[in-house]
Amino acid sequence: MHYVDHAATTPMRPSVWRSMEPFVAETFGNSSGSHTISRKAKNALEDARERAAAVLGARPLEIVFTGGGTEADNLAVKGAALAEGRRGGVVTTLIEHEAVLESAAFLESIGCPITRIAVDGFGIVDPDAIAGAVDADTAVVSVMAANNETGVIEPVADVVEAVRSVRPDVVVHTDAVQAFASVDLDVGELGVDLLAIAGHKFGGPKGVGLLYVKTGTPLEAVLHGGGQELGRRSGTHNVMGAVGLATAMEETASDRASFRDRVADERDDFEARLAALHGDAAPTVGSVPRLVQHAHVRIPGVRNETLLVRLDGAGVAASAASACQSGAATVSHVLESMGYTPDEARECMRFSFGWTTEPGEGRLVADIVAAEVKALR
Amino acid sequence: MTSVLVAMSGGVDSSVAAALMKDEGHDVIGVTLKLWEGSGGAAPTAGCCTVSDSEDARRVAAQLDIPYYVLDHTDVFMGGVVDRFIGDYLSGLTPNPCIECNRTVKFTELMVRAREFGCDAVVTGHYAQVRRERGAWRLFRSVDEAKDQSYVLSMLGQDQLANLRFPVGPLTKPQVRDLARGLGLRTAGKPDSQDICFVGNRDYRDFLADHSRQTVRQGTIVDQDGAVVGTHAGVTNFTIGQRKGLGIAVGEPRFVTRIDPHTATVTIGRRADLEVGEVGLRDVSWVADPVESGASVTVQYRAHGALVPAVVHVDPDNVVMVFDEPQLAIAPGQTAAIYAGREVLGGGIISSSG
Repeated sequence: MHYVDHAATTPMRPSVWRSMEPFVAETFGNSSGSHTISRKAKNALEDARERAAAVLGARPLEIVFTGGGTEADNLAVKGAALAEGRRGGVVTTLIEHEAVLESAAFLESIGCPITRIAVDGFGIVDPDAIAGAVDADTAVVSVMAANNETGVIEPVADVVEAVRSVRPDVVVHTDAVQAFASVDLDVGELGVDLLAIAGHKFGGPKGVGLLYVKTGTPLEAVLHGGGQELGRRSGTHNVMGAVGLATAMEETASDRASFRDRVADERDDFEARLAALHGDAAPTVGSVPRLVQHAHVRIPGVRNETLLVRLDGAGVAASAASACQSGAATVSHVLESMGYTPDEARECMRFSFGWTTEPGEGRLVADIVAAEVKALR
Repeated sequence: MTSVLVAMSGGVDSSVAAALMKDEGHDVIGVTLKLWEGSGGAAPTAGCCTVSDSEDARRVAAQLDIPYYVLDHTDVFMGGVVDRFIGDYLSGLTPNPCIECNRTVKFTELMVRAREFGCDAVVTGHYAQVRRERGAWRLFRSVDEAKDQSYVLSMLGQDQLANLRFPVGPLTKPQVRDLARGLGLRTAGKPDSQDICFVGNRDYRDFLADHSRQTVRQGTIVDQDGAVVGTHAGVTNFTIGQRKGLGIAVGEPRFVTRIDPHTATVTIGRRADLEVGEVGLRDVSWVADPVESGASVTVQYRAHGALVPAVVHVDPDNVVMVFDEPQLAIAPGQTAAIYAGREVLGGGIISSSG
């Protein structure tokens, strides 16, 4: 099986699992207790927090561990909009992940003003359009670092600058869940107040993520309870998960330069080979800044749902990047925002490469895809 | 060994159909057609196409170790079935959307998908039998009379039957459940679905009220002589033969005998006024050869209804079935399936009765 769906999730790195193992049985304590067993767990948790913070250029207490990327985005958008008892406004884009869009929709239902900014034909956000939508009611701006479907990289630092020139006190959040695997992210350089990542996208465990919360950022909790994470996220700590997340972050950050080279080679070979065999199978966003691991291609006349089934049978695991709860392929809101008709959107496929991709695999996968496309035409 | 596409609804019949195909050594791909969705693209939680139904299908497929996919056909279902269902009711007809789905959506889409996936045949869990006899593909009733579904398949033709298999057709429902239990399939004890999939367990009238853009017009209820005896809130509340909900008490039971959507008039009458001697059919199709005019056949004109004797009259413009004995309360819009013994000859949609 050729796994080219690393953007959906990527295998756990062996070192990550090794770092987590002691916390399965041996160091099992609740990090909130006072005895020796708890203290060991607490120590491991705070060690993980320091390591995670160092990777992002943050301070340890600016890291809030969450149950994944969706929770981190929920905490960011709802937490900032509802902070200090307000019904603050949200300015975001039409191409965000559902974790952001649905959080915004919920806020809208309880009276928060929401503005969703359109993107251009490549899915790129105009920082001035974002800043132009910020008004006195705006509490939070949310723009993703890179799009999960197409891999397009958004100008987050420019968005921060443009927003600050209008309202310096507006909270800026970025969903960096898809970007972290291959983009160097330093919260100081980006200038954001909030940043979300999820462990399983870069070789960490599933069900654990974090939200960077810049010191002084007003934030209401989404999960209320025992007051863990300085009251920002209650619930007994997932110590094992936090340790695994920190290990995966460190390894990803130290390996990024070579990861980018390796993966870009395979991605480029894939796209070139596919285009050589089917001239009209073209990358949709090849001319703009994008993640090195994403190949997002449109294959005219071939329905993505059908190609996925055939590829599954032929030993290639890829994605149409947009599926409903039952698993049926649905028309992507991202492509719709980029101006694609539903029929055009149904011709788009995402092939995403990752740390387990072998040299030569890009070309190999392209040959299999080309053969299946040929059979369908 | 061939490669087959099994349409899995999440029920016991299609689960067993998939298991039997796998057992025969075929390469099996399981699919659920997602035909209907709630607001915002969410899968419905009641009726068919629910998340739990597709989860049951997915789990059975996993147990059988076959690939399984949910395929989105909501667009074509909306246009071909739901809109038509709504339009038919507004036109005073009593539609059968399951047959309409079989006729215009389900089998067509499955055949296309099977070809795209490189499969040789489509398999479903219907209770009916296909055999090649006398130089053509023939469709027969199931051995289980109580569960027979040949009525809803009566529109199938040679092209479709050549590529269709119904593995549970030669079995009774209890046998199917026993097989499922023997295989440890989670769907073995699952109740049969009864509802129209997109309406769910609510009243179809509520569905129409929610989904029809057209305002339902109030009108009058008249007796056989045309005298006004009451008013009503819209013709979609009525179907031919309906007795309850007329809001009229006149001693002897009264039934809906006619619905005229153009004037929003509902006519009521006595039981005898419901008697129908013949029906005209439209959209007639024949399984193999067209039936000759004057042939004696049997007809089933409602789901799970009895087979009644009739004579077919075919002229170039239409097909008329003349019943040996008058029938009660036949609603235009329903399908009439035509049989010779246990064999399905064809069928059509009832366009008129008299």
